[in-house]
Amino acid sequence: MEKRPRSFYVLAAFFGLFVLFLYGPILTIGILSFQGPKGGLTFPMNGVSTHWFRDLFQEQAVGDIWGAFRRSFGLGLMVMVTTVVVSVMAGLAFRKRFWGSGALFYAAITSLVIPSILISLGVGLIFNQLGLKVHWATSGFGSQLTWTLPFGLLIMFAVFNRFDQSYEEAARDQGASTWQTIRFVVLPIIAPSLIGVALFGFTLSYDEFARTLLTAGSYNTLPLEIFGMTTNVTTPVIYALGTLTTIFSFAIIGLFLLTVWVMGKRRARLGSDAGKGV
Amino acid sequence: MAATPLKNRHVLGWLMALPLSVVLLAFLIAPIVMIAIVSFWGATEFSIYPAFQFDNYEFLFGSPVTYKVFGATLKYALITWALTLAIGFTVAYFLAFHVRSLTMQIALFLVCTIPFWTSNIIRMISWIPFLGRNGIANQTLISWGVIDEPLEWLLYSDFSVILAFVHLYTLFMVVPIFNTMMRIDKSLLEAARDNGANGFQTLVHVILPLTKPGIMIGTIFVVTLVMGDFITVRFMSGSQRANVGRLISNDIALLQYPSAAATAVVLLCTVLIVIAILLRFVNIRKEL
Repeated sequence: MEKRPRSFYVLAAFFGLFVLFLYGPILTIGILSFQGPKGGLTFPMNGVSTHWFRDLFQEQAVGDIWGAFRRSFGLGLMVMVTTVVVSVMAGLAFRKRFWGSGALFYAAITSLVIPSILISLGVGLIFNQLGLKVHWATSGFGSQLTWTLPFGLLIMFAVFNRFDQSYEEAARDQGASTWQTIRFVVLPIIAPSLIGVALFGFTLSYDEFARTLLTAGSYNTLPLEIFGMTTNVTTPVIYALGTLTTIFSFAIIGLFLLTVWVMGKRRARLGSDAGKGV
Repeated sequence: MAATPLKNRHVLGWLMALPLSVVLLAFLIAPIVMIAIVSFWGATEFSIYPAFQFDNYEFLFGSPVTYKVFGATLKYALITWALTLAIGFTVAYFLAFHVRSLTMQIALFLVCTIPFWTSNIIRMISWIPFLGRNGIANQTLISWGVIDEPLEWLLYSDFSVILAFVHLYTLFMVVPIFNTMMRIDKSLLEAARDNGANGFQTLVHVILPLTKPGIMIGTIFVVTLVMGDFITVRFMSGSQRANVGRLISNDIALLQYPSAAATAVVLLCTVLIVIAILLRFVNIRKEL
């Protein structure tokens, strides 16, 4: 191994500072959420307690947090499943370079770069003028898809750019139908990437704020509930909530990453029988 | 015979792209059209009514506030872009060329991306104990004797707004730049070194030009996210600063939808023009 240049240590220190910058603040509120009952929003710690967490679990203390959590979780799952299915179908479609695919691609890019508040405003206006009630499961759901689908689509492009088409040709040569080729060859190969798409779908929905602002209706999702709290809650209870939902996010991310990892292991073990004299 | 598979390809393609098209039509195109229509409508204090008048645009372009706020928005975008690019490039460069094992690269890359999947609102809130008047930053600086009085501009200022933007969006630079860097053929770097280039020359003359597509994609993300933002500016400035997004959200809060729509149309045009210029430099589909 050749000796590391001096620039390595400078850059490594820079990287360390960057990670500290990324995670420092969230660690801070993690610590502060254990403030004593008389503690404030900043250091010093006024004793250590789980007072503020208990506060969260008492009903009515600060709005309908658990209802909001359930809605966000349900909406996250809805968006996740839809994002995976729609992205895979669109990803397969784009490989056919059908007429008008360019325009559709630019629409997806527009969906990604359009200021979120425009979606919120526009969808709100349409529902309003049609006399429909905005609801998180209808207008909120659709608005969030405009944010998760382009990510799903871009991931599918990345996947299919690297996809070796000779697998499909081999399947077809052996007499597999189009559907069989997709079901038994393409989908298993791209499965780990689909976990990635699912991760984007769930977490982006779970944390989405701007696109749900005017489209969630009278029942708030969790980010809306938390934002409402920032204007009228001045105790560490908001840190406790922040800590809990961040831990939840980390758990979800961990679960997805673990699934990808296990899949990779399984594949490495079972994928090839080359050299085993079968 | 030849025409049938060709036609099939188009029909099949559209069938499979149908769900995506429907969602985009209903929740992207239709809302944009709706906003464009409503921007010509009129409003009373309580309701809006269909009309075809240019009042909203006249008011918008006639007000000096508009130009100030658009200026502030561009300023935020430009400063945030410069900072995220500098930090993002350095981080990506370290990961791609100085970390040697692939496992370590992936692990550190994940460390950089995980915050992206957590809540932006919480990440903004988490700066309060750090930047507040009695926050960690002020306490530390006072105890070191650097300052005597707490600094007032740490929280609820342009500083905190830009800090939050950089905190939230730097990984939108790191990811695409790292992605392009990983695809640079390592033998090019060896060739540069064999020809006598030092590390810095290799960086400027080989790596930087080859990383341009990644930089462009990161730029598109950061610029559009900052230009379309309204919540970061509102929260981190304690409602003391304005950008275009806040102009729109204030109008919405006052139920002045036509005026909000007109501002939204101008904002959308601005963003799309910026993107159109940036897209001239990169082919997104090829770079993924």
